[in-house]
Amino acid sequence: MTSITATPLETRPPGGAPVVAGIRRTWRRIDPRYLQIFSLGALLIYGMASGLLNQTAVNAAAAAAGAFVAQAIGSAMIATRARLLSPLITTLSLCLLLRADAPWAMALAGAIGVGSKFAFRWGDRHIFNPANAGVVAMLLLGATALPGVAWSSPGQWGSAFLLAVALAGAGFLVTARAARTDAALVFFLTFAGLACARALYLGDPLTIPFHRLQNGAFVLFAFFMITDPMTTPNGRWSRALFSVLVAVLAHVLTFNFFIVDGIFYALAAACLVRPLIEAFEPAKNYQWPLDACRAAQKPN
Amino acid sequence: MNSAKKRLIAALAAGTALITTGGAVAFCGFYVAKADTKLFNKASKVVLMRDGDRTVITMASDYEGPLEDFAMVVPVPTVLERDQIHVTENAIVDHLDAYTAPRLVEYFDEDPCRPVIMMERMAQATSMDAAAPMQQRAKSLGVTIEAEYTVGEYDIQILSADQSDGLSTYLTENGYQIPTGAEKTLASYIKQGTKFFIAKVNLEEQAKTGRTYLRPLQMAFETRKFMLPIRLGMANADGKQELFVFTLTRNGRVEAANYRTVKLPTGQDVPRYVKGEFGDFYKAMFEEQTRKENEQAVFLEYAWDMAWCDPCAADPLSSEELRELGVYWTDGSQESRVRPTAAPDVFVTRLHVSYDREHFPEDLIFKQTGDRSNFQGRYVIRHPYQGNAECKAGEDYRAGLPIRFDEEAQTLARLTGWSIDDIRNRMETDGQSTEPGPEEKSSWWKRLWGGEDKEG
Repeated sequence: MTSITATPLETRPPGGAPVVAGIRRTWRRIDPRYLQIFSLGALLIYGMASGLLNQTAVNAAAAAAGAFVAQAIGSAMIATRARLLSPLITTLSLCLLLRADAPWAMALAGAIGVGSKFAFRWGDRHIFNPANAGVVAMLLLGATALPGVAWSSPGQWGSAFLLAVALAGAGFLVTARAARTDAALVFFLTFAGLACARALYLGDPLTIPFHRLQNGAFVLFAFFMITDPMTTPNGRWSRALFSVLVAVLAHVLTFNFFIVDGIFYALAAACLVRPLIEAFEPAKNYQWPLDACRAAQKPN
Repeated sequence: MNSAKKRLIAALAAGTALITTGGAVAFCGFYVAKADTKLFNKASKVVLMRDGDRTVITMASDYEGPLEDFAMVVPVPTVLERDQIHVTENAIVDHLDAYTAPRLVEYFDEDPCRPVIMMERMAQATSMDAAAPMQQRAKSLGVTIEAEYTVGEYDIQILSADQSDGLSTYLTENGYQIPTGAEKTLASYIKQGTKFFIAKVNLEEQAKTGRTYLRPLQMAFETRKFMLPIRLGMANADGKQELFVFTLTRNGRVEAANYRTVKLPTGQDVPRYVKGEFGDFYKAMFEEQTRKENEQAVFLEYAWDMAWCDPCAADPLSSEELRELGVYWTDGSQESRVRPTAAPDVFVTRLHVSYDREHFPEDLIFKQTGDRSNFQGRYVIRHPYQGNAECKAGEDYRAGLPIRFDEEAQTLARLTGWSIDDIRNRMETDGQSTEPGPEEKSSWWKRLWGGEDKEG
């Protein structure tokens, strides 16, 4: 006799609605990092295949190598599981935002980005957004010790590609609901408000600030970088303050100091003072759904 | 056996050619034409030396009207001292233009029945007119004349202003035609703390020089802003303006930070008749490519280490010329006389943009990259072999020509937007029919099965 272990048909919930609810529950449990990887990966593939994004496969592979090696070493040092999602996101972001001639420079960017998670910590969280740390470190190196080693290409986005980024970004935020949509919104609105205010003050046509808001690096930054839950404050108000700070700093660096890559430096600076901002609004640390699930499954 | 011998001869022949042309043959072909900036009306040429915050800007224009009517207004970041302003020769800017110009090269097909030999040749340069100037009269309208100089044939004032209407009144009274739309832009620059460099021709000084044209004006200053103010120029422009920006940097290629920089299509084979109208071809291609990029792109036309070129549309600039353009790290003089092409660490980028207010609302902001890879606008003509070529390979070669010609026609149509039928007709007249000949038409099956099993 064969025993039937499948759930008997009659015990299944009748009707369609509970099925939808089930799908919804599962959907909600999907780690937003998968959605981010999917969005960034699709953008990268589209950008490279269409020739709109001038990134080489070799450099992309180098960035990945740097990021994963740094993750493996870092994980081994603090005796924790080596994670795959985070270094992959860092790699994809770097490929979209950073350019270099030499593959080793991209590898270094990946290693610095992921390495910063282990090297710079405050309490039980890392301080810098890993991809941002990689970009900033390489831009600084390129401007000082290693002239021209890496650079960003903020102008290199056709309108089609930009539209794709905006769609993917909006899609990502809506579906992921990574608890950080507000960070993107507050940043975007503050930056846009400042740019428009400046134009009104100068008597410039509004086409000028609007043109600024269509900058490729800016859009990618707003949707995918500043929304990282691990390096933005946990409390809602401190997060808003953080986003405003990034926007104001970015504005000042761009328009008063004429630093083309101002947004990246602004985020790094804001991350540095994040513990201060958070001190006034203690909140529970964000946990990725996947990690939360794993923690829950762990036997006590 | 026979074919192995042929291959050996081919290899030897190729080797000999390499040796006789002095090695380093990167590609073969004869340089035949270049498309310089003179093709475009109302074209401005600007050379920017940039190293850190150090900036030297050289401005040449194709102004051809009466000298007393010439006037230019340039927003500048600071008040300039007399020594920071200089007048240079057109020939240097023209040399840079020629050196970086898109080029046409031609190849001659070898006898398909015989091995290939590589060859190469270089070429020359040309010149052109340009510049800027003016006259002066002082009167205060909230306008401060920070400095006044006569440099070469130019009378120059550096102005600062509190109000744009005061400034525009001052300029108007001094013979500058300020279009109404420009006032707002002036106001924006004033609020940003910008000074204004204004120049007119000093006719007396001009007469002393004995020249009938204007020379390029230069300014040297330090600024964090790596940009080119284009907004004032657009205020009075009817239609689009052509701008060529040549940058001289140390690390690598320069690109726009706030607009998309696109490489001009390059390396394409085009029909033979293009040789006679390369200028028109380049112009049409540039317009077509601009249109394809929604008129919002800056085009990269040349990016190269100044130490060499291949093929050379003109010799690289000498150290003296580069120094004149602001490259302060070359040590001019003796060394360069021995090796006139050796300029250490100078990377030249040629950018070409056709702009108007609708598509370029902001000033051009630039960014130096670390990309040192070479790029040039280069187009190729391949002349078919004219001899008899009585062999199987020769037959195949002739049969393949119409297909090749048609590919060239399609390339040309794609690049320029010209009608494919017109192109095919032009090629037909030029003896490059894109239609397979009657012989080829009837004998395709011969080629299919080798055509060996003849009857009888």
